Amino acid sequence: MIRRAFRFVDERVGAAPFVKRMLRYVFPDHWSFMLGEIALYSFVVLVATGIFLAFYYEPSSARTVYNGSYEPLQGLLVGKNYASTVNLSLDVPGGLLIRQTHHWAANIFIVAIVLHVFRIVLTGAFRKPREINYWIGVTMAGLAIFEGFAGYSLPDDLLSGMGLAIAYAVGMSTPVVGDDFSFLAWGGEYPGSSDFWPRLFTIHVLIVPIILAGLIAVHLGIIMRQHHTQFRGGRATEGNVVGTPMWPGYALRSIGLLFAVAAVLVLLGGLIQVNPIWEWGPYEPDLSTNGAQPDWYLGWLIGGLRLMPPLEPTVGDYTVVPNPFWGGLLFPTIVFLTLYAWPFIDRWWLGDKRRHELLDRPRDNPRRTAFTVAFFTWVFTVFAAGATDRVYLLGDIPYVGQVWVFRFLTIVLPLFAYYLTKSICQELRERELRPLREFSGETEVVRERPGDPVGRA
Amino acid sequence: MRRLAVWLILAWAWLFGRRGPEEEKREPGREGPAERVEFDVGATRRLENVVIFVLLLTAAAGVGFAVLYVAYPDTQLLGATLGGALAALALAAVVAGKRLVPQETAIEEREGFGDPDEREQVGELLTEAGEGVSRRGLLLGAAGTAGAGLGVALAFPLASLGPNVDDEVRRTPWRAGRRVVDSKGEPITADRIEPGMFLTGFPEGASRQELGASIVIVQVPLDELELPPERMAGAPEGIVAYSKICTHAACAVSMYRHPKYEPTAPRAALVCPCHYSTFDVAKGAEVIFGPAARPLPQLPLRVGARRELICAGGYSGQIGPSYPGVRKQ
Repeated sequence: MIRRAFRFVDERVGAAPFVKRMLRYVFPDHWSFMLGEIALYSFVVLVATGIFLAFYYEPSSARTVYNGSYEPLQGLLVGKNYASTVNLSLDVPGGLLIRQTHHWAANIFIVAIVLHVFRIVLTGAFRKPREINYWIGVTMAGLAIFEGFAGYSLPDDLLSGMGLAIAYAVGMSTPVVGDDFSFLAWGGEYPGSSDFWPRLFTIHVLIVPIILAGLIAVHLGIIMRQHHTQFRGGRATEGNVVGTPMWPGYALRSIGLLFAVAAVLVLLGGLIQVNPIWEWGPYEPDLSTNGAQPDWYLGWLIGGLRLMPPLEPTVGDYTVVPNPFWGGLLFPTIVFLTLYAWPFIDRWWLGDKRRHELLDRPRDNPRRTAFTVAFFTWVFTVFAAGATDRVYLLGDIPYVGQVWVFRFLTIVLPLFAYYLTKSICQELRERELRPLREFSGETEVVRERPGDPVGRA
Repeated sequence: MRRLAVWLILAWAWLFGRRGPEEEKREPGREGPAERVEFDVGATRRLENVVIFVLLLTAAAGVGFAVLYVAYPDTQLLGATLGGALAALALAAVVAGKRLVPQETAIEEREGFGDPDEREQVGELLTEAGEGVSRRGLLLGAAGTAGAGLGVALAFPLASLGPNVDDEVRRTPWRAGRRVVDSKGEPITADRIEPGMFLTGFPEGASRQELGASIVIVQVPLDELELPPERMAGAPEGIVAYSKICTHAACAVSMYRHPKYEPTAPRAALVCPCHYSTFDVAKGAEVIFGPAARPLPQLPLRVGARRELICAGGYSGQIGPSYPGVRKQ
């Protein structure tokens, strides 16, 4: 049956040589290689659930009287965007399950991407010949965060409306072109521009997903062309790939991962509430709530905005750089430029321009690992500062004092992280290279091959 | 019905009747790009039964989801059944992939990239295009000009996405003589306000969907109020109104910190919940903490014949978030 179906295809497009290569394609095994796959499968779930949601959502801020089943809102004048999102959540069977699964999938999509980036930089997988694919990956990370923000803004509830107001202010704060840029992007002032909602919708459901899908295809295509990296050990060398062939073992396991990711996301979507917009109510420019937090992947930007002292350079009486620029725009720009420049920084700093197919373990390269940990500590400290208002509300720890502590930690913690990580890596490496350094008797260290670290097969 | 039973028995026989292990006896080292180095055939009847059982569970949970969807679409139950179906399918696939099908380790030689000869040939093919063309620079320049011209043309539809900034950010719905109303549309009278409370006010009969619309109204004892002299008249009886939109990032400044015990507590201040910019209400809403760098602009008020609050002019500065070129005060 399978043979006959394949013969039909093969006689028409000559697929056999390609399919044979595909089925015998070898995947090296390591748990950390699954992170990218988890991101990929979250994207699949996002597309599937997103199509369902797009059929019910109305991208319009035109006012309508809410008359759905949620009593506290009945009779209220709200935007159609908000009303349609509440309706698809509470009055469409299964709608809430799909919406919450979509929301959870977005959160986990970006968790997986961030961990994947962390894995790539820690193991030196971005080195020659993989720089192009690394840059594509960093671009997708940025797009995913932007896409998440766009999606979470669509319901026009109080929380997302506050987020959009902040985004509008951050856009406005761009030096020289800020006001023109924001007006261009929003179609006028926010709130109030009716052009804005169809634009945001088109960007979220069409433009960014298509770019992401295209980049994913290129990302995977380049991986297949170059093959995966692998860790040292066993039969692995710079010139080969050792692992499980695609068919049948790897394919089945990967399909298993797809369904496992989908299962976790659907269970989260069904059992754990996320973003109950009917409780927040619709956005009105004169309303806001204390302790409001966006989705997790925007926390670093909130932290950046919170920590910045009230610095607004002026010429005479005129503002040159409005304050939100520093935390909301300059900070993420520095983070992403550093990520893009990573292959160059690594090559220049370590003076290594060779091609690498074998990965470093974090300890193998203490300086790179220390820099990576310091950099992520820096971003994470700012991220944690984004939660100061919740800590204030829940723990009653004075807000002003917290902000000063975080301003200090943002500078000190990365330095501390750098030296701590470096010495841990060096110690681990020492132990491997000279396992018997504290043993004073006569010893002989046996290595399988000269240069191999001891204690690894 | 009987037919169905026959089919089920046949399916059962087909699924369970096959013997797994001895069927697979292929010799290792099949041709292909990857060389086989290990090959274990590990299927047992028991494992096969496990996988089949889990696959049937998937089907049962899937049918359960469909039934619930029609009969009782409760979000938790829907999530549990659909999630359960997917989880069971995942389990079946992983068990099959790791234990049932032959386990193989293979080695594939990597292909080197960047053959210098081929690269040279491509370079030749690319540069061949310029043979016999004498004014190459000029042609390339003309092509560049064409691109730039087309770029200019395409920039215009893009520029029409947004209206002109100049007037729109400065426009607010407040006019001298417009009464101040509360969220229900009732006029706010001076007697409703006392020190320690704050009210949100709107322009009567105007849209509230604009950043310039909402104001906060507080009362500060006259001997504590320190406004620029020309703005004192806009705060009758110490009743002072500020734009409710934070000058940092456009959130509504919706918290009022008012000390109960004068000597130890901090000064009365409006606080924005988004990034905790804090504005001193007695000193013209100047910033005392947080990232905002401009004070909240003041809206001058007067008290009308029936003690109602009436707008007495425009804001003292630009409302809403800063933009390049905005005036500091």
